[in-house]
Amino acid sequence: MQIDPYILAFSALTVIATVWMGFWSAKRSKTAGDFFVAGRSVSVGWNASAISGEYLSAASFMGVAGMVMSSGYDALWYPVCYACGYLFLLLFIAGPLRRFGAYTIPDFAEGRFDSPLFRKIAVVFVLFIGFFYTMPQMKGAGTTLAYIFPGLPYWAGVVLVGAVITLNVALGGMKGITLVQAFQYWLKMFAISVPIFALMAVDGNYGSHLQCNQKAPETPSMISEGDVSISLETASEIGRKDLPQKAPADSTWLNPFGPLTTKAATSGISPALPPERVRSLLDTNNYLIFRPYSWDFAVQPSLPIRILQTVTRPFSALGSRLSGQVYSMNSVASVGAAMRACSEFSQKEVLLSRQSTNSVIAPFTLTAKSVGDLLTQFQSMMASNGIVLIPDGVGKVWAVGNPEATGVRLAMAQLNLSHRPIRLYSLLYTYSLIIALVCGTAGLPHILVRFYTNPDGAAAKRTTMWVMILIGVFYLFPPVFGVLGRNLMPDLYAATGAKGTDKVVLELPRILNETGSAPAPGAAVSALADRTGAADEASAATREGARAPQKKRIPWGSILSGITCAGAFAAFMSTFSGLLVSLTGALAHDVYGRMLNPKSTPDQRMRMFKVCAVLCGSGAILLGFFVEKFEINKMVGWAFAIAATSYFPLLFLSTWWRGITMKGAATGMLVGGTFSLVTIASTMLADQAPWAKGLADFYAGHPLLRILAEQPAIWALPLAILLMIIVSKLTRTEVPADIRMKMLVLHAPEKLGLKQEYIQEHQAR
Amino acid sequence: MQYPKGGEMDLHSDAFLRRLMRRQLRLAIACAVTFLIALLGLPLLNYFYPEAMATRVFGFTLTWFILGVLFFPFVWIISYVFIKRSIFLEEEEEASAASEATQESGKVGG
Repeated sequence: MQIDPYILAFSALTVIATVWMGFWSAKRSKTAGDFFVAGRSVSVGWNASAISGEYLSAASFMGVAGMVMSSGYDALWYPVCYACGYLFLLLFIAGPLRRFGAYTIPDFAEGRFDSPLFRKIAVVFVLFIGFFYTMPQMKGAGTTLAYIFPGLPYWAGVVLVGAVITLNVALGGMKGITLVQAFQYWLKMFAISVPIFALMAVDGNYGSHLQCNQKAPETPSMISEGDVSISLETASEIGRKDLPQKAPADSTWLNPFGPLTTKAATSGISPALPPERVRSLLDTNNYLIFRPYSWDFAVQPSLPIRILQTVTRPFSALGSRLSGQVYSMNSVASVGAAMRACSEFSQKEVLLSRQSTNSVIAPFTLTAKSVGDLLTQFQSMMASNGIVLIPDGVGKVWAVGNPEATGVRLAMAQLNLSHRPIRLYSLLYTYSLIIALVCGTAGLPHILVRFYTNPDGAAAKRTTMWVMILIGVFYLFPPVFGVLGRNLMPDLYAATGAKGTDKVVLELPRILNETGSAPAPGAAVSALADRTGAADEASAATREGARAPQKKRIPWGSILSGITCAGAFAAFMSTFSGLLVSLTGALAHDVYGRMLNPKSTPDQRMRMFKVCAVLCGSGAILLGFFVEKFEINKMVGWAFAIAATSYFPLLFLSTWWRGITMKGAATGMLVGGTFSLVTIASTMLADQAPWAKGLADFYAGHPLLRILAEQPAIWALPLAILLMIIVSKLTRTEVPADIRMKMLVLHAPEKLGLKQEYIQEHQAR
Repeated sequence: MQYPKGGEMDLHSDAFLRRLMRRQLRLAIACAVTFLIALLGLPLLNYFYPEAMATRVFGFTLTWFILGVLFFPFVWIISYVFIKRSIFLEEEEEASAASEATQESGKVGG
């Protein structure tokens, strides 16, 4: 594959424009004072665009789409909570923080508790969160460059982009200038929405693409081993391509509690069994996996009979009569036949018996006076027979078994199954994720800086509302890429790392090259009409016309793909440079300037800023090497989790509770943040490091702990808050003396003039 | 809630601060609770009523439609209501402080 000139041109243009704008505006506002004074005159609209521009990172631009494609419904929590997190910021933090005049969290920490020591503690988390946040940006950079220059290894992209941005920051361009960030927002908005409208005009809209992901057909298609092969056609008008083996099935993809949230819970189950093993298990009179009505069981996901992993249904749904047919479970063929019967003759129950040798031995019927009675009979039948498959009439198959039956227990032991409430775990995972994302937004260091550019608290609130609208509109689009990508470009499922689903946003528009029609909205109807006919001819034409574009055939796909690449560059460049500025600032200003060498001259500090920029940039690049296998979005989620368990409780309690003391706040923040950092890092190691095999095995055996370690917000946030309250109560004599004045500054409207009074008092002391 | 129009409150009194914070916090919590009921309720609906949530709406499943599309405008509405009320509260405080300032002039600086 050769380099597509359009894609290269658009990407290069974005990089050059960003770098140029950075230097241009940096020249115009040389001092920090300039920056802030200029900032105060910025209107709500510009400010909201700038905040959104800084916020929408590679995770939003590429990661959300990739994750929706790879994991389905559950991934939607990410964009929704990224956007809705601002509500918490708006309700509890934005206004007071702006009034207080603190524009970084360390500033706030120092001012609120009159403690330079606390400032130093708070700085530590700027570094933790910042580095966690740079990792996904680096992955985005590596992925994008590997796409633009096919053949370029992932690490080379990371080094190249990391070096360019680091140099740029070190030389003084790319400070968080409002204008540049605002421009980046609109570029990203344009780059994500225009290709989507073009794609939807040609290939069908969002809803109809989702429509063709039915849950029914996947059921039987799971049995494809050996002599049994069943598959149902997907009925749809959308030109859907076949899903590769690695793609999640429609039902798990489309529904809540899918692969994303159940992965941790199912990770303990032994790796995919080879077909021979499954066959031997069946041949030696063992039972397969099942899912009784009233219990959730772990299911080996890659077994052919994955269908048994379905939803619970109450026993009462059985009614008082149960009838069906008995099948032998002594061969794969027979089990397959049973399943086929189950799905095709949808109202019959199918019993798999280890005693029988024929495929169908006998019909059976159970009748009972009451549900309880039926249950008893049913269970005794289970004890001897093991598994019953029951169709529910809409194409889903239910498998029922008695976990106490000896055969079932044996099978579970052999398959390394245990009684695991998978859906319940999945629910827990979902909640923890939601807490991390919603509360984490309110504690992101590089976002809070921007609120200082609002003229007052009321404007800060208005700005936040507009940010929510701007990013909310943006977040409607990435999931569409994921949904369309699943149907139109399923090849991405098969690849991993930089070639996987994370690049769907970049690559998907190129399918319009094959379609060969102009994606202008007016042409949509005709494009749909002649699509089938034109497809062959068009793809032939693009093949030969790749070098010399023909007169009429404009390669819209390449152009649009170039636009999304430009958007991706805008995304990781703006966020990465924002982060790098705040990381470098923390190191140069707080660590060097205040701790290591408090007597340093401004010149020394200036030099140190450059050294620190290079240090942070190299650190980020190094970290970037290790994260190719992780999904972009997931890594950002982790940065949010650390923010949610350290900064969020600090900001929330310091704003609304006057009894909090420095020791209380510091204890809660340190414990909450460090614990979640350590547990998250431990799951990353367990997944990636070969030497952490023991840890991986431990987590595999303890899925609940694995979930709590991977998504720590659900316990770490309450822990942090609790510690803050307890320690503050114990040290209540240390509440700052002028706490009432501080609270007034935080909450009283600016027009009352309390802020000036506060400053005068402070200077007088 | 009773709001003394006369402004017999001292800006620096505990009572003033407490009232100031309580009124804003009450509003913020009311908005947060509305939001949290929806946000935390949706997984529960998915958990207990999977069939109903899988109903198709314009091709989407119901739960996809709620989360992927409807949730954004819902949050916009909450934030709009919050901002209107919150700024109204602030203006009320200002008005009361101003009327107080005329009574005891010189108390408020700036």
